Amino acid sequence: MDIAKLTIEGIRAGLKAKQFTAREVCEAALGFAGAENPKTNAYLLLSAERARAAADAVDAKLARGEDAGALAGVPVAVKDVIVTKGVRTTCGSRMLENFVPPYDATAVQRLEAAGGVIIGKANCDEFAMGSSNENSAYGPVRNPVDLERVPGGSSGGSAAVVAQGTAVVSLGSDTGGSIRQPASFCGVVGVTPTYGRVSRYGLVAFASSLDHIGPFGRNVKDAATLLEVIAGRDEMDATSAFAPVPRYGEAMTGDVRGMKIGLPKEYFAGLASETGDLIMRGVEALKKLGCEVREVSLPATEWAISCYYIICTAEASSNLARYDGVKYTMRSADAKTLADMYRNTRGDGFGAECKRRIMLGTYVLSHGYYDAYYLKAQRVRSLISQDFQKAFGEVDALITPVSPFPAFKLGEKLDDPLAMYLSDIYTITGDLAGIPCMSVPCGATAAGLPVGMQILTNHFQEGPMFRLAEAFERAGGVAGA
Amino acid sequence: MSSTELMVPAEVFATYEPVIGLEVHVQLGTNTKIYCGCPTGFGAPPNTNVCPVCLGMPGALPVLNRSVVEYAVKAGLALNCTVRNESIFARKNYFYPDLPKGYQISQYDRPVAEHGFIDIFVNETHKRIGVTRAHLEDDAGKSIHDGYRDSDLYTYVDLNRTGTPLIEIVSEPDIRNSDEAYAYLTELKQLMQFIGVSECDMEKGQLRCDANVSVRKRGAEKFGTKAEVKNVNSFRFVKLALDYEIQRQIALIESGGKVVQETRLYSPDTGETYSMRSKEAAHDYRYFPEPDLLPLRISDKWLGEIRSTMPELPPAKRARFVEQYGIREYDAQVLTLTREMSEYFEKAAEVSGDARTAANWVMGDLAGALKAEGKEITESPVTAEKLGELVALIKKGEISGKLAKEIFPKMWSTGDGAAAIMDREGLRQISDTSALDAIVDEVLAKNPAQVEQYKGGKTTVIGFLVGQVMKASRGQANPQMVNELLKKKLD
Ligand SMILES: [Zn+2]
Repeated sequence: MDIAKLTIEGIRAGLKAKQFTAREVCEAALGFAGAENPKTNAYLLLSAERARAAADAVDAKLARGEDAGALAGVPVAVKDVIVTKGVRTTCGSRMLENFVPPYDATAVQRLEAAGGVIIGKANCDEFAMGSSNENSAYGPVRNPVDLERVPGGSSGGSAAVVAQGTAVVSLGSDTGGSIRQPASFCGVVGVTPTYGRVSRYGLVAFASSLDHIGPFGRNVKDAATLLEVIAGRDEMDATSAFAPVPRYGEAMTGDVRGMKIGLPKEYFAGLASETGDLIMRGVEALKKLGCEVREVSLPATEWAISCYYIICTAEASSNLARYDGVKYTMRSADAKTLADMYRNTRGDGFGAECKRRIMLGTYVLSHGYYDAYYLKAQRVRSLISQDFQKAFGEVDALITPVSPFPAFKLGEKLDDPLAMYLSDIYTITGDLAGIPCMSVPCGATAAGLPVGMQILTNHFQEGPMFRLAEAFERAGGVAGA
Repeated sequence: MSSTELMVPAEVFATYEPVIGLEVHVQLGTNTKIYCGCPTGFGAPPNTNVCPVCLGMPGALPVLNRSVVEYAVKAGLALNCTVRNESIFARKNYFYPDLPKGYQISQYDRPVAEHGFIDIFVNETHKRIGVTRAHLEDDAGKSIHDGYRDSDLYTYVDLNRTGTPLIEIVSEPDIRNSDEAYAYLTELKQLMQFIGVSECDMEKGQLRCDANVSVRKRGAEKFGTKAEVKNVNSFRFVKLALDYEIQRQIALIESGGKVVQETRLYSPDTGETYSMRSKEAAHDYRYFPEPDLLPLRISDKWLGEIRSTMPELPPAKRARFVEQYGIREYDAQVLTLTREMSEYFEKAAEVSGDARTAANWVMGDLAGALKAEGKEITESPVTAEKLGELVALIKKGEISGKLAKEIFPKMWSTGDGAAAIMDREGLRQISDTSALDAIVDEVLAKNPAQVEQYKGGKTTVIGFLVGQVMKASRGQANPQMVNELLKKKLD
């Protein structure tokens, strides 16, 4: 068993053939994760006890001849903004350094009910705010492809553990590209499903109207399988969708002939780079598979960054108000008054990026500014959605880059938050529109840095999105061009 | 200075017009909280009726309780409001230790109900007070400042109340004095109790009132600067607080000062209002639509279903009582004070066949007995049926009103019906002609002088003779029959 190369299907087959037990897979993953982690810092914690119990339960079920579930024995890592009962959940923040949740997120419950084995909590940017994983209070994550470089963010740990092979699949969260961008940087598959497709119950909120839980995998099928397990209506999340969850495996036929692909011109303008070249080679590969490619326009794109940073900071300023020193958070000891307790606790507990966003968000919601900022941003958000609806009237899927550039070096952009914000340009529109989107590996630069191709489809069209991605993957990615 | 003393001369006072608007929070009496499944009970040990949602745990999400919506719609209908087909929840952001999320999930520009009114009746005058809006929100917890170990060092927080459903009812600035405010609150409370959405027990915090008060010169169009008087915990104190605050503002203006916009608290001990730190009042709540909840959609069908469960409300009930039972408006008002009392009265009236007498009994002997023992009408040992039977006996002439008044306390103490008590105590009225005949004959024989007087034309003496018969029968003779018998024998 090569733990770093196992797939969900491989584990299922191995368990069935009694080549190994779930407990053996679990121990291998834990051992490998423990050995690799000093290099990447991708895990904040290994939940060995919980993992062993879950693996043993799978083995016991199999011994009784029962169905152990779609994820039976599969080692899974969970981003540390998703709560796990009895297992510390820090959100990458000092504020929650001792927070042990009393409940499980719905996605966690579902993946364990399907036999998944949670081996640890993945590092991330503090409260999922960042694009490089350098905003974690517990140190940055290093990209397993090149340890001098960032893995992307905010789900950097979740992408890195799948890339290094210490977990087969993982859960991340995406608010403005936090799954797709690290997937792209680390060379794995990352999926942001339709808003409402996966329950947010237990996902620590950053920007509620934009937050998604989604899967990472080393191939499209694994990511799709994990999504299928965690998706579906949840009574605990009023915004979760009632739409039935399709069998995504059935969509992945490899046949994409006649599928209409749109290239939004606004996303390719001025993209004269290795990244752009790789994406265009990816598009050529899709043409070879029989896709029809045409140019489309998403004119509201130019306002997307401003719109996104107004809405996400506004919601964040409210969502992060609960970290006030009263309850489960750390509390600064030297306060003399209530106001000081709030001020000191929040001053000490939050990192710079969180504070920046809380201040921005507080400002845009303030009396007298609400209409000029928040309300206008909501209107722009509608325009962005309308753009997509219009495009999906003409094409089945859109292809764009995930990021303007591949993984950069640690510290390279840390002093320029605006440049960091601007690098989210290709990913935030999908979140604003609430449509499914994903990053699928699309070759590597001359320096060997992975580049991801983004596929976007209309609401609840994850099936066609997976079909396209899997056909591309099956054909060898850019090599098929 | 006490609030009852006038700070400004009456003639100066008369040149001003107070303008008052009330904000009333009513806890809805659903079994579970507004955004989670925790019970809403009062008095449980601290922090036991809680879950990740109402504790504001990271990652937890609100889900709107359907019965809370139904209660709110009922309240809206009772307040004559338009119930919106679509209303929006909004976050109201502020920091407080007993507010675990750092915001309340309230409603802002699209509340569940709006544009209603409450009719009040003050000093023999009817007046309509506008209700701007009624919106849903979650209650905060409680900060406990004493009674615990180290209470001198720490404030304790109990989050049992967090997430209890509230409806905030905001009036138009239509109220012009403290009597109107009192009447508005009384009417509002009565409506909420009638439709069963809240017991409105102020001691349990189920009804809380804030008042916006300003004064202006009579005839002026512009409102004066308002002060908000917060957290007054009884209707009587609201009245006293308003009286004081109106006087204070007029006196301030008359002495050349200016009213500042601020939050004030009322002290029942001094009878005065005093300023809270103005910083507390300078909140910017940064409202924005709650992204965790979908817009609340109330279809016409659902609204119709809720409307069909609405009971007859006090204003309609009062009018019907006057019309149907021929009782006075004032009596109708008393009898509709609570839904239970009105139901009691109607049952008693139906059984008795004499609504007016039944009304007098409910408002008289029954109310007196209830008050003496501090009982609610639902706890009355004399049921409405039994009181009705008692009144029926009077109506049928089987007992005198006087005898009924003797029987009633026995019914009260035993819970038995009138007939059973009469049988047991031999109190049945003698309506048997032959039995009465003998007594009448005996009385006539014993009082020849009075018989002579009657025959001589002094017919008023018959009253004395009736009295004698009643006495001889130990009050059990039917007075009307005695009267007739005497006349027959004497004429
Ligand atoms: Zn609860």
